[in-house]
Amino acid sequence: MKAITVIGARLLQTAFVLLAVITILFFMFRLMPGSPLAAYIDPNFTPEQQAELMARFGLDQPLWRQYLIYLGNLLQGDLGESFFYRQPVAERVLALLPNTLILTFSSLILAYVFGVLAGAYLAWKRGSVVEQICVPLVLTTRAMPEFWLGMLLLAVFSFGMGWFPAGGTRPPGAEYDSLWALYSSADFWWHMTLPVMTLAIYSQGLPLLLMRSNMMDVMREDFVTMARIKGLSTFSVVIRHAARNALLPVMTSFAIAVGYQIQGNVVVETVFSWPGLGRELVRAVSTADYPLAQGAFLMIAVVVILMNLVADLLYAALDPRVTHE
Amino acid sequence: MSESVTSKHRPSGLFARLRRRFGSIRLPLHDPLAVIGLCIYVFFILMAVFAPLIAPHDPNEILFTSEFALAADLTPGTDGYILGTTTLGRDIFSQIVWGARSALLIGLTAAFVVALIGSVVGIVAGYFGGWADTVLMRLADVAFGIPFLPFVIVLAAFLEPSIWNVVIAMALVLWRDTGRVIRSQTLTLRNRAYVEAARVAGSSDLKIILRHIAPNVLPLSFLYGSIAIGWAILTEASISFLGFGDPDSISWGYMLQDAFASQALSKGSYYWFVPPGFLIILIVSAGFFISRGYEQILFPKLDR
Repeated sequence: MKAITVIGARLLQTAFVLLAVITILFFMFRLMPGSPLAAYIDPNFTPEQQAELMARFGLDQPLWRQYLIYLGNLLQGDLGESFFYRQPVAERVLALLPNTLILTFSSLILAYVFGVLAGAYLAWKRGSVVEQICVPLVLTTRAMPEFWLGMLLLAVFSFGMGWFPAGGTRPPGAEYDSLWALYSSADFWWHMTLPVMTLAIYSQGLPLLLMRSNMMDVMREDFVTMARIKGLSTFSVVIRHAARNALLPVMTSFAIAVGYQIQGNVVVETVFSWPGLGRELVRAVSTADYPLAQGAFLMIAVVVILMNLVADLLYAALDPRVTHE
Repeated sequence: MSESVTSKHRPSGLFARLRRRFGSIRLPLHDPLAVIGLCIYVFFILMAVFAPLIAPHDPNEILFTSEFALAADLTPGTDGYILGTTTLGRDIFSQIVWGARSALLIGLTAAFVVALIGSVVGIVAGYFGGWADTVLMRLADVAFGIPFLPFVIVLAAFLEPSIWNVVIAMALVLWRDTGRVIRSQTLTLRNRAYVEAARVAGSSDLKIILRHIAPNVLPLSFLYGSIAIGWAILTEASISFLGFGDPDSISWGYMLQDAFASQALSKGSYYWFVPPGFLIILIVSAGFFISRGYEQILFPKLDR
């Protein structure tokens, strides 16, 4: 019963945050200078035609009614129509979402596998020279501009050595029957290598440092000492006993990391001309394609908010010490 | 109440009083890594202050070779250009030096603003509780739901391009982390015996906050402030790289965008795009190193 109230409260809170973000988004874009239709209206249009167009997009209505119409449309999954592509924003955004998610999840899984292992190793080796060199080094990777790392990898491995393509998801002219055919093709993975490496190198620091400090805490606990006294091997103590317990908080941080990564994708997708939500957002904002920009922003925000919820619930479910009094 | 008894024995004078009040503001000099971070900062501050003396050229000046041709894409050392020139014939070394100014300006202002707003929000929410706490923490929830970089992009698109956009966006969104942490710190401080004692003795809320709460949360504000410097510089770099930066100011992010757009990658002009990124890493990690120093002041158990 208690679990249900906790989940209910979290869901309510998430709904509130979502509504607030949607509202901020709506007013932010409405307060932009210039007519939102500037990019849409042909200079040859007569004032009557312009007025008709304004009416078609509901822009002749008072602001509060526009807001209600916007909310109503959102509920029906209608995000408006892109000025540039002349196609529904929802369609466009949903077509790009998988590209962004694939990039985000592959890089994070790679980063977490590496980070957890390296973090456990560094905790085990605490006080050693290896640790004293590695920890500042890891902090340094967190200080890198992601796009700069991408530029560096591009210059060395794509333009320099010619090992990897410079951008996009497929060779020029290649066509695939379905999305699945594209995602399962070797070409796709080949194109994905550099952007995934860029994001993974940047993200491994978080799980690594978390794992390391959790391990150092856990190693001091009684049951680990007990395991040592029982005469278990160091390997067994570190992996079977300490690492298992240190892993939980690291796993909950994964959800938060997805939320952060998807915002950071904006720059990396731009560097590698990766057709995802982030690059589309940048393009839409610079071409004043407001409906598309709004839609892409909303999609990214929804992922962030959902991941915050997942992290909260996971945290409560995995750690019995967390109570919601 | 012990205040009046002991104050006779304390050294008086403004300096001693300030030291007692704000003794918690100290530089983390016990940690070698933090000292390295501080040295890096001193280096960059000197570079920013003396930029006009150090930089041999105006960073925007279009330069020509001795044969009166455009000094485009010169490699380091040619004609005395230490780091070479850009495709449009500008001196890379001078741009690097001037870039320290905008980096520090943005970084330090943003850090100050974020730490200030976060601390005020956290102290108010934690100390007063009730509806103030509810409102502020729900606001923080909303701020956590806003994707930061996309938010800065949209904001920069409809404000005039300026280096201050990053600071404004950080002030609007990034106070959330600092606010939450300082709130929970305040919650624990509020119930300490000496705060109770001050309250019983009739101190006003404002006096308790300024005298007993604020000095004790300051190291936390500094910790989050030193991380925020890095965030601000990284964000400014990303925004400039995406083309939403201030076209009138030379920043390291702008240099990287210029290099990227001028095909420096395919030309292999490493001397152009490696140094700005390297300096960003240096200044941002310096902030991280200093923040770890504060972490050890706050949570001594990390000391091993």
